[in-house]
Amino acid sequence: MTANGKPLVQLAGVEKSYRRGAGRVQVLERLDLAVAAGEFLALMGPSGSGKSTLLNLIGGLDRPSSGTVVVGGERMEHLSEQQLARWRARHIGFVFQFYNLLPALNAARNVELPLLLTRLNRTQRRKRVELALSIVGLDHRLDHRPSQLSGGEQQRVGIARAIVTDPTLLLCDEPTGDLDRAAGEAVLGLLHALSREHGKTIIMVTHDAHASARADRTVFLYKGQIVDAIPA
Amino acid sequence: MKFAALIASNLFRRRLRTGLTLLSVTVAFILFAYLSAIRVGLSQGVDVAGADRLTVFHRVSIAQPLPLSYLDRIRRLPGVQLVVHQSWFGGVYQDPKNFFPQMPVDPEPFLKMYPEFLLPEAQRQAWLRTRTGAIVGRATAKRFGWRIDDRIPIQTGIWTRKDGSMTWEFDLVGIFDGAKQGTDTSPLYFRYDYFDETRGIGKGLVGWYIVRVTDPERTPGVARAINEEFANSSAEVKAESEKAFLQSWAKQVGDIGRIITAILTAVFFTILLVAGNTMAQSVRERTEELGVLKAVGFTHRQVLRLVLAESCLLAGLGAALGLTLGYLLVAGGDPTGGALPVFYFPPADVARGGGLGLLLGLASGVLPALQAMRLQVAEALRRG
Ligand SMILES: Nc1ncnc2c1ncn2[C@@H]1O[C@H](COP(=O)(O)OP(=O)(O)OP(=O)(O)O)[C@@H](O)[C@H]1O
Ligand SMILES: [Mg+2]
Repeated sequence: MTANGKPLVQLAGVEKSYRRGAGRVQVLERLDLAVAAGEFLALMGPSGSGKSTLLNLIGGLDRPSSGTVVVGGERMEHLSEQQLARWRARHIGFVFQFYNLLPALNAARNVELPLLLTRLNRTQRRKRVELALSIVGLDHRLDHRPSQLSGGEQQRVGIARAIVTDPTLLLCDEPTGDLDRAAGEAVLGLLHALSREHGKTIIMVTHDAHASARADRTVFLYKGQIVDAIPA
Repeated sequence: MKFAALIASNLFRRRLRTGLTLLSVTVAFILFAYLSAIRVGLSQGVDVAGADRLTVFHRVSIAQPLPLSYLDRIRRLPGVQLVVHQSWFGGVYQDPKNFFPQMPVDPEPFLKMYPEFLLPEAQRQAWLRTRTGAIVGRATAKRFGWRIDDRIPIQTGIWTRKDGSMTWEFDLVGIFDGAKQGTDTSPLYFRYDYFDETRGIGKGLVGWYIVRVTDPERTPGVARAINEEFANSSAEVKAESEKAFLQSWAKQVGDIGRIITAILTAVFFTILLVAGNTMAQSVRERTEELGVLKAVGFTHRQVLRLVLAESCLLAGLGAALGLTLGYLLVAGGDPTGGALPVFYFPPADVARGGGLGLLLGLASGVLPALQAMRLQVAEALRRG
């Protein structure tokens, strides 16, 4: 999907507003953004600036009020809800701040979830799950429930779940936001390795300058637009 | 089936809640099994009644006796193949609550008339040889632990013996089984010749006649001919098919059937609310997780199906458990200890129960499933 020189993710004139009471709040305003294939991008900005909103638009979880979102040559607005879901399953891996693992399933089954939507058979799925968990260094925790894992371990399971289908794009919303320094460091190292060694394109929302330092590029969301630096 | 673990894990994460709901569903289905068996018990006979048999009762009341002389007159009518008479003895064994039917009959034609009573040939011969002999159905034999060659004393409130005694003793020469599951094996039959000769009153009278026609198609015509034969006589009769007769009895039972249906409706409505509430709660507290499923790529419809599968699993498990337990309980015998000689859980009702379980699963899951389906991912994840 590295469509010859073209960016993998391209947003043009994206607007997003929400109804609030009688009025509307404009969250994103004529926003443009391009992310190259293989890039590790950090997205920063004040709370409430619309970072999660933007990530949702890129991941096809939500639709812009206007403007175009193109990912891997696919124009989001041309896809139906159903097609969007299928597309997400193939191309997007999400990592959430609070891990969002299913508490009733063990690590292996959590990681297996996206694979249930593929044609892979049981043994193939098992192999992929073990591979993903070994990449995040947790192949010895297959049978553990989320409640039996530390926060850092849970997030690594979350990352394993995001990469198990070998998606085009990883979208991480404050992946270290809930972790202490050491655990956060491990997760960042992992994302870095995924970018470097596996060529994954990653967009990571973060509040932490230390985290953004691991990315190839950092952009800021300010007053509904992407800027290279927040004016002081 | 690869979704099975996912579905089951959601259902059993709240063990107590799921357990209690499962228990209510199970109890409802046990009740269903039991009430089905009771309904069968009350409407016994109708399903197995011969289409080619007629009953002939006194026109005024089935309690009025008819002259024995009618036997030959009926037999001579065209279309009649076989005639037997029966009478109501109405005795009890040891205790008034030990009720079961007893009837004096003519052994040979009687057994010909009722091929659904299976009596070993040797026992049939014994009955023909023994004037005081009686045969009894398996159900009653079991109920009182009777064996062949036992002497069975029956107290009567109607048929005083010539010697003034109210107790009749019979020699048990045979025990018959039913050819079909619904065949009533509770009655005791003894010999009319012995009865008529020994009773002090009512000689030469019988209770009613059973007629077999040569061709079931001609049943209505034969019934009319019988009615006409005895028109304007001292004892006019009313002939109707055995099925019709039993059905008119079943009509009264039908009211009980309606009550049973009403009870079951109420029970299942309650269960629907219980299971529906469990599912609604389970979906509500899983909003975020459902959002994650959708983020990962599950379509709205797949999520809908997951929730429905979950509710169907819950209801299905309860139904399977309840129907099995109900079946075993019913097989253990009727709760009155013999008043319902035909008491079983018919396969058709087992199937109906299975269908009911599926319906319950769908109905209790549909609203939560729709709610889960409509959930917007971004919304669901924000709520977390
Ligand atoms: N569904 C919605 N309905 C109404 N308002 C919304 C909705 N989603 C987001 N918003 C508003 O849009 C703005 C941006 O929200 P968003 O979650 O994208 O911010 P954020 O940059 O991710 O913040 P944080 O750093 O706290 O996670 C906020 O003011 C939020 O209240
Ligand atoms: Mg956010």
